[in-house]
Amino acid sequence: MTASAPQPVADNRIWDPIERLSAGERSDLQADRLRRLVERIADRVPFYKSFKLRSDSLRTPDDVRRLPFTTKADLRMQYPLGFLAIPRESVLRYHGSSGTTGKPTFVAYSKRDLEMWADLCARFLVAGGLQPRHTVQIAFGYGLFTGGFGLHYGVERVGAAIIPAASGNTERQILLLQDLQAEVLVSTPSYALHLAEVLEQNGIAPGSLALKFGHFGGEPWTEDMRRRIEASLGILAFNNYGLSEVIGPGVSGECVYRTGMHIQDDHFIVECINPETLEPVPDGTPGELVFTTLTKEAFPLIRYRTRDIAVLDRSPCPCGRTTTRMSRVTGRTDDMLIIRGVNVFPSQIEEALLRVEGTAPHYLIEVDRPGTLDEVTVHVEVRPGDFSDKMREMQLLRERIGHAIHSITGIHMRIDLVAPQTLERFAGKAKRVQDNRRT
Amino acid sequence: MKIQQLSLFLENKPGHLSAICRTLASHQINISTLSLADTQQFGILRMIVREWDKARKVLEEKGFVVNLTEVVATEVEDQPGGMARVLEIIEKSATNIEYMYAFTFRKGNRAILVFRFDNPDAAIKTLTANGINVLDPVELYARETDTRA
Repeated sequence: MTASAPQPVADNRIWDPIERLSAGERSDLQADRLRRLVERIADRVPFYKSFKLRSDSLRTPDDVRRLPFTTKADLRMQYPLGFLAIPRESVLRYHGSSGTTGKPTFVAYSKRDLEMWADLCARFLVAGGLQPRHTVQIAFGYGLFTGGFGLHYGVERVGAAIIPAASGNTERQILLLQDLQAEVLVSTPSYALHLAEVLEQNGIAPGSLALKFGHFGGEPWTEDMRRRIEASLGILAFNNYGLSEVIGPGVSGECVYRTGMHIQDDHFIVECINPETLEPVPDGTPGELVFTTLTKEAFPLIRYRTRDIAVLDRSPCPCGRTTTRMSRVTGRTDDMLIIRGVNVFPSQIEEALLRVEGTAPHYLIEVDRPGTLDEVTVHVEVRPGDFSDKMREMQLLRERIGHAIHSITGIHMRIDLVAPQTLERFAGKAKRVQDNRRT
Repeated sequence: MKIQQLSLFLENKPGHLSAICRTLASHQINISTLSLADTQQFGILRMIVREWDKARKVLEEKGFVVNLTEVVATEVEDQPGGMARVLEIIEKSATNIEYMYAFTFRKGNRAILVFRFDNPDAAIKTLTANGINVLDPVELYARETDTRA
């Protein structure tokens, strides 16, 4: 190992030996499961029936590329349950996407799906330090959203105690943290930051709580947010990833080496594609993640296009897991803004804000087309530490943000400094883009 | 010898300034004087408040971004040439003025000049050495009380 080799931030534990399969074993398992998946759904799911799928040409996991993509639009066309691959009476649970981009989409789970899902959540929770002696406060919504119930049964599978606090009501969350002394927090990363802000406002020292680490997911976040969460709450913060269409949380999560999120690829085949050409991109290159669910019974999907942009990494991880890893989600193909013909992702604005020392990642990109030309304003919340009584320094702050954005995106954007806590947040999720051109 | 000044980030939208004033009023806090620097996008409100500590606390509780800065208050004759004399001394000593503003209390013929220097201690030395009266907080707020009597 070299001096720069990643170091573990906590004890390294592995939940299931299957996370350490050799490359050959994994490939055989995936290919076998892929053939059985196609046999199971080829005649049962109308959308896939139309493609007349055959399993005998699928010899390796890479042969998944012979199969058609499935998109969110396809799911909507089959609303509400056209993709169901088992009889209604065998369904044990329904969940749904949040519906922030239109009508919700529903997903379904069989008994075995629920078992498997709890197990996948247990894997990433254990990878990120959870032990049976811990108490976990779950500040995710319990409802159609997969976050609450997914993590709940995962924690239960590990054997740790659960405080099902659900989302919102920050004062009560703090009361529970103080009085029941959970060591682990489960929430969205932006909610963790909000919690830290409220603790500070109320003069409550994070050291007076028992919190040791947090498992955060449900929305894209950044390394800067991780540093701020860890510093302000005095915890270790772990990232996990999932989406309801694929299963919910449990698709991937970080281990104690934090070298990316380990994808549970005994259950999912992952691909990373160029969203325009649909061709695979090399490992290390950003692309759209595509998942095939190998084992799900109730709601299996072939090559589901997530619209999440990330990077894949198949290099070995010191933790001993042999799975493919994915980076943080750095953007969404549908968040992609086309400004005067240039592709711009909110993550680029975030990167620019991080470059300018002392600016918080709370921002809103507003796009207008007053005449024929697109005009972009980035509203940035001013943090107390960035505020100066000198006009010259405030103007300089605006200029530095503007320069950083221009150097990353190549576009001049107007910078509007706004008071803290004035930009909208939806159920803990920050709104990043307001495009006025289409309305 | 220095005076505490509160600075607030001001969004350029209706009601932001009055929200600050309402917050102070509801806590019976009086503003001795204020100055406003603004651009098209945002503004900076600077205030001299006797109960600056309480004012900062209640404003921060309301979510305003408040900054505390030390400024220098000098007293001059409220007549032509009063301010020019002070500026001349500052200019000769090559001290940079970040910004300044002036006000008078209701009674008397004295004006108060408030200066923001990068190095207030050096500036105070220069001013007092040249016979300019630099007010400490007790003197400044005593003049406010005098005018009310």
